[in-house]
Amino acid sequence: MNDIEKAAGSGSLIGKRIPKKDAPEKASGKTRYIHDIDLPGQLYAKILRSSQVHAKIKSIDTRAAKALPGVHAVITAADIPWQRPIGVAKDHLPLKHDKVRSPRDEIAAVAAESEAIAEAALKLIKVDYEPLPIVATAEEALSPGAPLVHGDDLITPGPDGKPVVVHQAALDNVAMTFQYGQGDIAAGEAASDAIVEDVFKLHYVTHCCMGVSGVIAEFDASENLILYSNTQVPFLHKREFAELLGMDPGRIRIIQPPIGGGFGSKLDIYPFEPIAIYLAKITRRPVKLVFTREEEFIASPTRQPVLMKMRSGCTRGGVLTFREVETLHDNGAYTSWGATTPFVMMQTISSLYRVPHCDYRTRAIYSNNPYAGSFRGYGNLQATFAVEAHMDRLAETIGIDPLEFRLKNAQDPGEVTPQGMHFKSCGFKDCLKIAADRSNYQNKRRANEARRDDGNPIKRGVGMASMLHVGGGAKIYPSDGCGTILKIDDFARVTLLTGASEIGQGSETVLAQLVCEELGLPLSSVNVINNDTDVTPWDVGVHASRTTFIAGNSAIGAARKAKDKILAAAAQKFGQPAETLDTREQCIVEKATGKKLIELAKFIRSLHFSDKAELVMTSFYYEPPSKHQDKKFKGDVSAAYAWATQVAEIEVDTRTGVVKLLKITGAHDVGRVINRLGIEGQIEGGIVMGQGYALTENLIVENGVVCNPNFRDYKLVTAPEIPEMDVAFIETMDGEGPQGAKGVGEAPAICVAAAVANAIYNATGVRITALPFTPENVYRALHSNLQPPTWIAAA
Amino acid sequence: MSANIDIAFTLNGVAVRASVPAHMSMLDMLRDELHLTGTKYGCGEGECGACTVNVDGLSVNSCLMFAVDCDGREVVTIEGLAGDAITEALKQAFVAYGAVQCGFCTPGFVMQARHMLRTRPNPNHDDIKRGIEGNLCRCTGYKKIIEAIAEAGLASNVENGP
Repeated sequence: MNDIEKAAGSGSLIGKRIPKKDAPEKASGKTRYIHDIDLPGQLYAKILRSSQVHAKIKSIDTRAAKALPGVHAVITAADIPWQRPIGVAKDHLPLKHDKVRSPRDEIAAVAAESEAIAEAALKLIKVDYEPLPIVATAEEALSPGAPLVHGDDLITPGPDGKPVVVHQAALDNVAMTFQYGQGDIAAGEAASDAIVEDVFKLHYVTHCCMGVSGVIAEFDASENLILYSNTQVPFLHKREFAELLGMDPGRIRIIQPPIGGGFGSKLDIYPFEPIAIYLAKITRRPVKLVFTREEEFIASPTRQPVLMKMRSGCTRGGVLTFREVETLHDNGAYTSWGATTPFVMMQTISSLYRVPHCDYRTRAIYSNNPYAGSFRGYGNLQATFAVEAHMDRLAETIGIDPLEFRLKNAQDPGEVTPQGMHFKSCGFKDCLKIAADRSNYQNKRRANEARRDDGNPIKRGVGMASMLHVGGGAKIYPSDGCGTILKIDDFARVTLLTGASEIGQGSETVLAQLVCEELGLPLSSVNVINNDTDVTPWDVGVHASRTTFIAGNSAIGAARKAKDKILAAAAQKFGQPAETLDTREQCIVEKATGKKLIELAKFIRSLHFSDKAELVMTSFYYEPPSKHQDKKFKGDVSAAYAWATQVAEIEVDTRTGVVKLLKITGAHDVGRVINRLGIEGQIEGGIVMGQGYALTENLIVENGVVCNPNFRDYKLVTAPEIPEMDVAFIETMDGEGPQGAKGVGEAPAICVAAAVANAIYNATGVRITALPFTPENVYRALHSNLQPPTWIAAA
Repeated sequence: MSANIDIAFTLNGVAVRASVPAHMSMLDMLRDELHLTGTKYGCGEGECGACTVNVDGLSVNSCLMFAVDCDGREVVTIEGLAGDAITEALKQAFVAYGAVQCGFCTPGFVMQARHMLRTRPNPNHDDIKRGIEGNLCRCTGYKKIIEAIAEAGLASNVENGP
């Protein structure tokens, strides 16, 4: 028995504290991340980025770089005339050919014998620019006569070589728009006794995965592409790379070494990946490209910065009447997943609480800023920040306790919202009550309010916020499925091949646990293979908190098929109906008595060697019973929804503006706890990530330039700053969930900033509607020196 | 490109020689020249602690030390600690307490925690928080790392080492 077995103990594995299967390797420094892999004959690639924010490229001279000893290739857009665009809107060529729109923009790339030579070669490349006026904000982008970020159609050669317009010029700098409505805002206003309105401003933050981005590209002798990639969506990217490279997808194999953090950052293809592939193709050598930390800050995606105008109303009795929201998203120079975060934002705005009348409009605006990708929570942190501020403001306006107000408007199990979401299981009201009880929220809130003017410069505050997020996958593609192949060898060892990716969240451990639970096997007898598109079955990727739910159901399906097969054979051998038999503790047993009939390994071995020899191998594909949204954004996109309430307790030093997060009390509807250790880790890590979003992290972007591309100036939360964390799990046993579980990966990060904002108000009586709550911003707000965000006149 | 400099030092208990450029960091030497990849690059400027190693009994960010300065010193990396009692206690506790998620920061935390436990056995949670404040983790929220180190401190029950 190894350490993991000992910790698991005996009996059912569900709800136990199961250590991660990959933890011993990781703690020993033996895990080989992409940075640790070197292939024979490998070259090292580096990218030359723009020295300008917005400029025409007049000429690029690579002659001196090419002449440097040890340099194998220097490429620019001119060398890859067949380049095709990447990204959600296909507005982005990996190597820029006509102009640069951001300092992250890729102009040239070098493959050389060493990183040092590649870097030296970059310095020898001469680029002649013609600077263009910079579009520094969404406001500037929308003002009359603003410079255009994408003023021309993007034309690239199509599959037949003829030019095709792949992205049309955006002559108003608008990249993408969304509009959702339910009911009639005018009717909602007419029914309102109280209306509040605010403008909220949410800032730039970035993922800061501890392992920087990297890729290794290699072509084999038959021109098949092998890509060592940190992607979170290997199967979708296989297809996208095929399109991008004009290749048959069958000739692309993606291998995922262990990933040093994802959090949504690896959901899109970024220019460095095709660039490494171009270099591998040209040099016929494996090419490795790894970022520096500075590059990671400058050239990886951000969370979507949002300016949001929100009006909300309620009756005197405390019933929500309407919510009207308009947002501007600074899209940056190119369109990635960040532009589509409105999908999630509108769910919170329309359906976290019952709102009969709702209107939501958003525009993603091109600028010369960094561009936003997907990031844990996917727009929900921003939407929740505003919605929960208004819940407190409305409650105060009509003079009702904020918890009571929330309970009055909270969703119940069985509800179908006007947006079409069906909350089959819903522990929202329990989340509210339990988080409030455990934190003594109501008493503390009143006491803090009473102490506001007691002369003590250090104020205490308590604030509450809740969230709704998909917890049963998200049907953003026509399919949201995952496949599993399961084989049991003649020693009763299981190999589970799953499409689901492990990004540190613990999916392989949870999947092994679910399989062991079905088959009556110890955890040590399951090996999970999850990192090779040539080996594992299809899946849509690790995102939307979907892996435990979707891949878990798929793994259970395969395990049940295997069990059925084994028990059917055992029924024949022992002359008993299969229904009376079971597998427990590595044996086939009589279900009723627990009497052991035969060891599982021995029985499976006998199947191999019997007359009708047979192996135990099964496959299962799970597609959740959710619906793709219609064109009006209505639909039940998830098979289950996760809920949570978090209460933040803080201290504000009014002399310095320093806000200390003392405690988070959370109550999370997780369906059911599968791995208690794993789920605690997800929640704690998410809370601290949310703390960073609220208090310390701020990617400072001025005139398109990231001013703090390092950990000294971009402040992640460190160990001494973490709050006390008290988390209750509400087990609603979702009917569709694996063993009743729902997805939980994103949930814990979502409420923190909103709860802290409400706590600051409770402490000081000052409502701050812009993040982050750095000492400077808070001090200014407390001393009437901070202008609240305003809506854009030109918009 | 500067000329290489020959150095000799003890690495994980074994005498080694290396010829390194004057500007090379110890981190690059360990990873690229000596192929010890358990020491991680996280930032290259001493802010994240992923590259923590031990030099002459002191905990060091290997990205901030020149490789040539290893000359004559005793360097210990995560690879050299297999079998070390405190390290084994730490690794077991990191596993059992769920202190590992993506794991990229973990070797650095183990190195720093080992150094802490050698200089201060049985630390309380506040000691531990101070002791690891130079190590960044993006996944766990630190709580389980702190618990694991506290447990290892009890389990290893060690005396002050050299």
